[in-house]
Amino acid sequence: MLDLATHTLAAAAQTGITDTGLHNAMKVLGGVAYGLAAIGPGVGIGLVFGHAIDAMARQPEATGRITQYMWIGFSLTEALALIGIVIPFIFGA
Amino acid sequence: MTGDNHVIAGAGIPGCHLFSGCGFPAPGLQNFTFPPIFTINLGGGVVFHFTKPMLIAFICAAAVIVFFAFAFARPKLVPRGVQNIGELALLFVRDQILRPSLGKKGDKYLSYLMSLFFFIWLMNLMEIIPVMEFPATSKIAFPTSLMLTVYLTYLYLGFKHQGFAGYFKNMIPRDVPLWVLGILIPIEVARYFVVQPFTLAIRLFANMFAGHLLLAVFTVATWYLAGLTIGALYAATSFAMVLGVTLLEALIELLQAFIFTTLAAVYFADSLEAGH
Repeated sequence: MLDLATHTLAAAAQTGITDTGLHNAMKVLGGVAYGLAAIGPGVGIGLVFGHAIDAMARQPEATGRITQYMWIGFSLTEALALIGIVIPFIFGA
Repeated sequence: MTGDNHVIAGAGIPGCHLFSGCGFPAPGLQNFTFPPIFTINLGGGVVFHFTKPMLIAFICAAAVIVFFAFAFARPKLVPRGVQNIGELALLFVRDQILRPSLGKKGDKYLSYLMSLFFFIWLMNLMEIIPVMEFPATSKIAFPTSLMLTVYLTYLYLGFKHQGFAGYFKNMIPRDVPLWVLGILIPIEVARYFVVQPFTLAIRLFANMFAGHLLLAVFTVATWYLAGLTIGALYAATSFAMVLGVTLLEALIELLQAFIFTTLAAVYFADSLEAGH
């Protein structure tokens, strides 16, 4: 049923943009949007793993607990990059 | 192409390969819509389409229920057979997900967290299992409904344990200067009511959506690039990427199920304690 909802939303969005030049420009803009969105999480994930490696080197016996928090931090940061890749699809449907 | 993956793998547009002049048939949103398996006409113009993602979700739910019913049917003190795996699963969820945030007194949430974890993990796993090859969680409805159960539960627990006014009062730490309150109150209210549920659902959805799209791109590319001369090399490289992305997806699926369940436990713990 949600397929139908997205279909009608997509059709409605598409009838709004009939100029193919503008349509193609929006597609390129979607790519640029993801590129910009990936900067922050790229730095963030590097920090998460870098600090985790530092901590594991300082105290090897805490590796288990550090690894657990590392994965949690990674997915919270990654979420933003993935929202960035999904948004162009939603707005360009 | 209305998005069935079998169309990509086999039939496709006949003869459309790298040097035959047609462009790359890029996968997109059409890969996430499926023709209905059957349709129920509810009258008044309302129709109900039963599609492949719904079937996959049903299969996953049934599999989780049947497996754990079997594993814990006649529990023995010294476990035999399937009970071993069931206990392994339970101890993983209890010791890695529940105990770190909720502590021993949170054990009553164990059954809910276990169901959540294994249901999400199995739905995610469908992305790399041969016949299904579609993660049900990449349709926005499934993560949204799972998120709603967590959201309504932690709001209910918060209002029950801290009182209606107390819940909002506990969002602000004590000894905060007045000028900070102007920005702190909207942020905290938005966090509990908007940001937490939204990111919880979107994180799972976007991970699975992007993963399936990635896998589809390399699979279509393998077929599109295939040829007799240089095409064979291109297709082999693309296929190696398919294998690599499949391994990556296996990790991401487990990780996303773990994160969803861990955050659910953290939000429950947050509601049960008095805020900060």
